[in-house]
Amino acid sequence: MRAEGRQALGFASPALIGLAVFTVVPVVLSIVMSFYNWPTFGDKTFNGVANYIKLFTASPDFWPAMRNTAVFTIVYVPLSIVCSLILAMSLGPRIRGRGALRVLFFIPVVTPMVASVLVWKMMLQPQGLFNGIAQGWFGMKLPNFLADPFWAMAMVIIMSVWQGLGYNMLIFSAALEQLPESVIEAARIDGASGLRMQWSVVVPMISPSIFFATIMTMITSLQVFAQPQLLTGGGPGNATQPLVQFIYNQGFKFQDLGIAAAGAWILFALIIIITALQFGAQKKWVHYEH
Amino acid sequence: MSTDLQQAAIAETAEAVEVAAEDRGRRTKAPLSAGERTRLVIAHVFVYLAALVFVSPLVYSFFSALKPNNEMFSMPPKLVGAEVRWSNFADVFAYGPFLTYIGNSFFVAIAGTLVVLIVSTTAGYAFGRLRWRGRDAVFVLFLATLMVPAEVLVIPMFQVMQWLNWVDTYQALIFPFAFTAFGTFLMRQFFRGIPYELEEAARVDGAGPLRSFLQIILPLAKSAVAVLSVFTFLSFWNSYLWPLIVTVDYNAHGTLPVGLATFSGLTGTRWDLQMAAAIISMVPTTVLVIVLQKHLVKGIAMAGLGGR
Repeated sequence: MRAEGRQALGFASPALIGLAVFTVVPVVLSIVMSFYNWPTFGDKTFNGVANYIKLFTASPDFWPAMRNTAVFTIVYVPLSIVCSLILAMSLGPRIRGRGALRVLFFIPVVTPMVASVLVWKMMLQPQGLFNGIAQGWFGMKLPNFLADPFWAMAMVIIMSVWQGLGYNMLIFSAALEQLPESVIEAARIDGASGLRMQWSVVVPMISPSIFFATIMTMITSLQVFAQPQLLTGGGPGNATQPLVQFIYNQGFKFQDLGIAAAGAWILFALIIIITALQFGAQKKWVHYEH
Repeated sequence: MSTDLQQAAIAETAEAVEVAAEDRGRRTKAPLSAGERTRLVIAHVFVYLAALVFVSPLVYSFFSALKPNNEMFSMPPKLVGAEVRWSNFADVFAYGPFLTYIGNSFFVAIAGTLVVLIVSTTAGYAFGRLRWRGRDAVFVLFLATLMVPAEVLVIPMFQVMQWLNWVDTYQALIFPFAFTAFGTFLMRQFFRGIPYELEEAARVDGAGPLRSFLQIILPLAKSAVAVLSVFTFLSFWNSYLWPLIVTVDYNAHGTLPVGLATFSGLTGTRWDLQMAAAIISMVPTTVLVIVLQKHLVKGIAMAGLGGR
């Protein structure tokens, strides 16, 4: 037992040392930084909770960033879950070319986000594909999507749904494939069929996966950064700038790492609170078999 | 945070997926009623329409990459320009150090994946197969670090990089995020499922834990190692925020995502080149997904995580 303990220490030490240096130290440091005036270069001075107070009361971009993150999350998460669920359920075992279609839907998930955003940015130009089709074929003039606060956010969300669809779809497909045939058969004998069966039998049975996907999607959407940063630059003005881009700008544009660290802790607190609320609410709609 | 769920997902390991695959084979053979046949036709129409809408941005950008720049925004839009210019793809490499970006991305992603594999398999073995005091308590602490979002880490991490003098180096791109607990968690779960008798026999023959780890446990864990490699490679390959922060000279140490973003900023209105560059950036991961699609599905069923 003691020998095995020493051996275990040997096996675990790379992970433990790495985790200490690259996770524990930064987490502790981050707490410290958030209570300091901590410029990237120059003297650091302790200033208590001033960073947090400044964020909440004196930072012009902070509340808009909170609002943008909230809007993005509230619209994006249900849209993404519903679309990928419908897709996974339609893409049943009898669909021809099912494997190829799955790969197709998965491609944007694994391609670099920058490349996907560029594609959308090109299409959303005032002379781009969408406006070209509307104007050239239907004689309709569409708004300048990326210059309008409402449409810019709408396009960030639509682009994100397109990009992330394949991931949740695969989670749901995996869950659907593990459903016991006997239950579906029993429901069919009871006269359930088509959409009603999908809604009242299949959806509750995969509700643990839906719960899992919702939690994960919500966490990642609270952390959204690359899509708005690249598609709109957070604009027009600060209309699409989310919390993470705000944190990034504070830290690496304005060189104020203390404010950035404080902002990151507020984000972390938000993630924890919202996830805890969801775990609290799961009794109402998630059915576990075992 | 969601460890219970992950555990539940992992409990139904790869085997369940394979059983389901057989099940699927059976289902396809059952005869269809008239109503079911109609529904199947509707499902086909719906799925293929959705796929068409979904794929059109990719198709359109591919053809845009072949247009001369002055035809990029023709009115009404055309899929194929007057001239098909394959030379746009070559021009990308003339306009920016794209080969360097791709080379850097491969180097960082492969090196990072190797570090993750070594760290996760050894630690997974210690937590999953060896008995020692305080093991489970340490493991819970270990898992707790998964909750910390990357945004909380990157700011102090940049400070740590300054102290280590690692800003704008390869090691800064490889090491800081190679020690997350996720890989260890995945390997531990897999190792625990391997029957103990296999290892006992080797131990009786005098093999130490290192030999039994290398010769018995690792070879049995090939599929889990494959899954972990794919997801780790992808997350290094696509990583954007951290390289953006820690790289200063993009022409020297830029990976593909930050390189492509810089390229897009520099070429401004040359949409032809930007589209060609975007398509080039999509090729490696698309090939990877097509070749390794089985592992991806299995990985999602095993962990429901990764790739981000």
